[in-house]
Amino acid sequence: MIINHPLLGPRDAQEFVYLGDAALMNRPDGLTASLQEMHDYAYLRDNPAGLHRELWYHEQGDRSWLVVTRNTVTHEITAVELARDVARAQGRSK
Amino acid sequence: MTQTNRIAGGQIDRSQTLRFHFDGLPYSGHPGDTLASALLANGVRLMGRSFKYHRPRGPLSAGSEEPNALVQLRSGARQEPNTRATVAELFDGLTATSQNAWPSLKFDALAINDRFNTFFTAGFYYKTFMWPAAFWEKVYEPIIRRAAGLGALSTLEDPDCYDKGFLHCDLLVIGAGPAGLQAALTAGRSGARVILADEDFRMGGRLNAETFGIGDQTGADWAAATVAELATMPNVRLMARTTILAAMDHGIYSAVERVSDHLPEPLPNKPRQTLWRIYSRKAILTAGATERPIPFENNDRPGILLAGSLRAYANRWGVTVGDRVAVFTNNDDGLRTATDLQAKGVDVVAVIDTRPGGPLLPGIRHLQGAEVIDSAGRLGLQSITIRDAKGRVETIACTALGTTGGWNPNLNIASHHRSKPEWSDTLATFLPGAGGPANLTSAGAAAGLFSTHAALASGDETARAALETLGITAPAQTLPQAEDAPVAITPHWYVKGSARAWVDLQNDVTIKDIKLAHQENFAGVEHLKRYTTLGMATDQGKTGNTIGLAVMAELTGQSIPATGTTTYRPPYTPVSMGALAGRGRGQEFKPKRLTPSHKWAAEQGAIFVEVGYWLRTQWLPRPGETTWRESVDREVLQTRKSVGICDVTTLGKIDIQGTDAGAFLDRVYANTFSTLAVGKCRYGLMLREDGIVFDDGTTARMGPNEYVMTTTTANAVTVFRHLEFCRQCLWPDMDVQLISTTEAWAQYSVAGPNARKLLQKLVDQDISDAAFPYMGAGEITVQGTHARLFRISFSGELAYEIAVPTRYGDALIRALVTAGEEFDAVVYGTEALGVMRIEKGHVAGNELNGQSTALNMGLGKMVSRKKDAIGVALSAREGLTKDDGLRLVGVKPVDHSKAMQAGSHFLKTGAEPTAAHDDGWLTSMIYSPHMGHHIALGYLRNGTNRIGEKMRVVNLLNKTEVEVEIVSPHFIDPEGSRLRA
Amino acid sequence: MLEPLSPLGHAVPEATTIGPFTITERTDTALASLAIRYGRAADVTATAAAAGIPLPKPGRHEIQTLAAFWLAPDMWMIEAPFVPHEDIRAHLLTLFHDAASITEQTDAWVRLDLTAPDLPALMERLCNTDLRAAPVGFATRTVIDHLGCYLIKRSDRDITLYGPRSSAQTLHHALTVAALSLT
Repeated sequence: MIINHPLLGPRDAQEFVYLGDAALMNRPDGLTASLQEMHDYAYLRDNPAGLHRELWYHEQGDRSWLVVTRNTVTHEITAVELARDVARAQGRSK
Repeated sequence: MTQTNRIAGGQIDRSQTLRFHFDGLPYSGHPGDTLASALLANGVRLMGRSFKYHRPRGPLSAGSEEPNALVQLRSGARQEPNTRATVAELFDGLTATSQNAWPSLKFDALAINDRFNTFFTAGFYYKTFMWPAAFWEKVYEPIIRRAAGLGALSTLEDPDCYDKGFLHCDLLVIGAGPAGLQAALTAGRSGARVILADEDFRMGGRLNAETFGIGDQTGADWAAATVAELATMPNVRLMARTTILAAMDHGIYSAVERVSDHLPEPLPNKPRQTLWRIYSRKAILTAGATERPIPFENNDRPGILLAGSLRAYANRWGVTVGDRVAVFTNNDDGLRTATDLQAKGVDVVAVIDTRPGGPLLPGIRHLQGAEVIDSAGRLGLQSITIRDAKGRVETIACTALGTTGGWNPNLNIASHHRSKPEWSDTLATFLPGAGGPANLTSAGAAAGLFSTHAALASGDETARAALETLGITAPAQTLPQAEDAPVAITPHWYVKGSARAWVDLQNDVTIKDIKLAHQENFAGVEHLKRYTTLGMATDQGKTGNTIGLAVMAELTGQSIPATGTTTYRPPYTPVSMGALAGRGRGQEFKPKRLTPSHKWAAEQGAIFVEVGYWLRTQWLPRPGETTWRESVDREVLQTRKSVGICDVTTLGKIDIQGTDAGAFLDRVYANTFSTLAVGKCRYGLMLREDGIVFDDGTTARMGPNEYVMTTTTANAVTVFRHLEFCRQCLWPDMDVQLISTTEAWAQYSVAGPNARKLLQKLVDQDISDAAFPYMGAGEITVQGTHARLFRISFSGELAYEIAVPTRYGDALIRALVTAGEEFDAVVYGTEALGVMRIEKGHVAGNELNGQSTALNMGLGKMVSRKKDAIGVALSAREGLTKDDGLRLVGVKPVDHSKAMQAGSHFLKTGAEPTAAHDDGWLTSMIYSPHMGHHIALGYLRNGTNRIGEKMRVVNLLNKTEVEVEIVSPHFIDPEGSRLRA
Repeated sequence: MLEPLSPLGHAVPEATTIGPFTITERTDTALASLAIRYGRAADVTATAAAAGIPLPKPGRHEIQTLAAFWLAPDMWMIEAPFVPHEDIRAHLLTLFHDAASITEQTDAWVRLDLTAPDLPALMERLCNTDLRAAPVGFATRTVIDHLGCYLIKRSDRDITLYGPRSSAQTLHHALTVAALSLT
């Protein structure tokens, strides 16, 4: 596969490491969240046949974490964003 | 033998003669020949025995679709089984042998299988070799292997090398027939970057095998001229002998280039083959088409070929397969074989045309509405039996028969992404369907456009359209005149009433087998394939699959498109394991990472161990030491008695800077780092979000906003990845920056009572306990070179880790050894390191096993609940905090002469060795020279409260059982006074 | 005095010529990573501009008083002549103070310079970088024989590879084997 890196252009997916569902960015605050919330965050993921927002790490590149929107059936990639930008847009800060 | 069947013409170089051997007999051919064309020229039709029935076989085709003519090419270490003689390029000195025949090709003892064919029908394996399971390995498999084999591996190491590489292009053209050549020409003239790949050694495709012209040239001459023009274009890469194996995602194609297969052996340093990964923006499949036969009774004899192949041998190679030739056809293309051969002066005895009407061929006996119903000839065709339109049966003597049931587009690559081919009634074949590789379009015969004109036009149009989407405008082309005959075909899938009519010649699948599969309800195409083996093995059913489907469609009463096709999968043709391995063999299987002390250690005769890519010193034998234990025991004892030096460069080092660096560390470590004083270091425990321990290491605060983290050697990469995840995805506004410095520093542990004395000889600053206390960290200089010093200990002794820029690593190990001479200092390896950490009760890889919590390791108090850190919340889950959970303990044998085995399970004395009584397991076990007996660490249920208990450790696999006593995991200096000395 | 050793294990770095390809080990470059601290982009940009330190865009290498190539968002590798920049970190710290995180990287890498009329023919056997299409000044991370390397195109016939120092011999071997297969 080819991932169209927002900064570097098309790069072979071989250079990346896959993590999984981009929902892993939505980590609750460990001091205030209930055990159930932390459990759901750590363990519950959707596994859709179709569009999936997922985290890829450009380990053999610029070390950016990316949010890749990929169709898990056709492998078509429709969006690639820097995870840091996505995190900020979702209100994550420090 | 002479080339009795060589006739005029062909694209071979008759000025040179190549000598070769087949089954020990000498023959000759010419440059441009394949092994098959040369053997046929020499009158050799018999080239192999069939897979199951050991029936005599010759080539069916003249290309890569060949199911029959599989030979062992070369001998010795370069012996290559299952080579298709039809694509093996002839070279001087070539040797080949037939396979699957014993004692000889002409008399094969296992041809007896053919007499018992009723036992070997579809599903034979499943029915015969059902039970008992134990028989499979010992009885059934050896029988099957011997009887139904293909070629044999040499079992010697391949002496040749294979390369891998990467190519980029705007347009990849797959196949260099008329459509592909024109596509490449149109694209090449536009300036686009073009790769034209063709599996053949001579580009041109069918143009080389036909007699009709293009413009005022012959097709072959036009192909040669076009190739010559393309060769002058710097933006075009011509890749002959290159097969596109697969369409991967997003325009990536896999290809194998046979760089040296046409040579007796590769030139020095040259690869035999190169596996290419081709990145294409657009691709065009112009792979042509493959002909299919019409099965009839005994249609598998040597001398019975595809009609188009029969004429290819005549036109391209100047070879007639026999002196009397017949043609069996259901379409107009088959008639070309008769006219071409007759024009070459070959005796064409009959054309058996299944179609009842239409114009008759002039000057040839053209039987319309007729069929071939049988053949004769033990080791090669001698005659065929035909039935004419009126039902009259006649035997016609002939030594070659060309059969054609029509042509199938080579849509394999176009169907790679589970695209389903579409049926065309007009062409009686499948065409590329929708949903194939996104950047790929088919053109020419591969798209069902069979005339030369249509091929040229579609090649041009498809290339133009593809480039247009890339913003490249190709100049208008004037296409040369070419034949534009329509396809005239009346489907005739097989000759009715035949049973032993071969559909898949490679797997010996007959019409009868397909009927049996249907009868036993294996009627779905994927079931049909598995039950009969139709379409398996090296040719993947290129000539037989469509016929098999048509026969099954007839049996089920469904249409052919409703019956469907099996799934097309890579590779298109067989690929050698060597090409897939590339250079990654033996010592080159993976990279080596060498430590800064490697050169010195190698000079000392060190024994190295692979730790990931690293090579670390495992132990350093001294003269007279005969066992590894002697060396390791000495290294341990001398370190504890005086001082030892160990290269610890492999530990991961991560530079962490920024105003939030401390706060960041508080989030990623279970314990606190923001409160650590500058110039100090601390042991850190890193958890996964699920509360399991991820990694550990020492992190030093080098400045207010600057830390150096160490990780375990094994987790250096994954910890760094995790930190980047935390930094970018979880807390994007934290002011923290990361970079790995693992490679930048050569780091040595200096441990033992004399560590300080030794180091003080080299370090320019005062490192007394007062100036550089336990857990101190700081910048120093070593004989003027800037360096770092950390007072940390893994061994339990007074110890430091000293780091210098890696370029000085070699000099520093030599300086340390020299300075250590007065203390009898030793250099120790990973074994001694492991012994000392177990004696001290430190956890390492065996305990950090991805299942264990801080509590299990006896480090529960390190987990701070005053802050939010990864994994802290879930580490508090009930299941992970049980009082009777596993705890790290020390273990020693009651009888000190006994050893134990890591992995053994704890059992109470007298308890049955069952899972219900399992109390945990030994994680690490060594001989402790300090204690004078074996010791171990382990996770024991409720272990902290069981110190002093006597139990057993049992290993049911190795049937060992040892009585042990549970002790503290700290076998040495539990108070830590040595560390602080 | 500790005597330095080159990544390939030589006291004085060496060059190898294989057919048209010359592979030269270089130890005369000091390296440091420079990362902008949070909210300090303006300070870093201004300081860099004043000091003649380029901060090129992604995929680029630039030369001013010092040279630099892009590593990651807000992060560059600064290249300087080893003499007089042996302590490159100290030098950069005096310029950037606390506006940037600076880490010495000189010894983390082996620098191999390759020279030949047709380097793309060599590199296409080693990595997926499209060197033929890359402009001069192109800089990228790429993988050669499993090793993460930086590749800088200095001219049509000159490139620099920075590979992990501990694997210098593996990298050199891979280059040698590829060069031999083309000669």
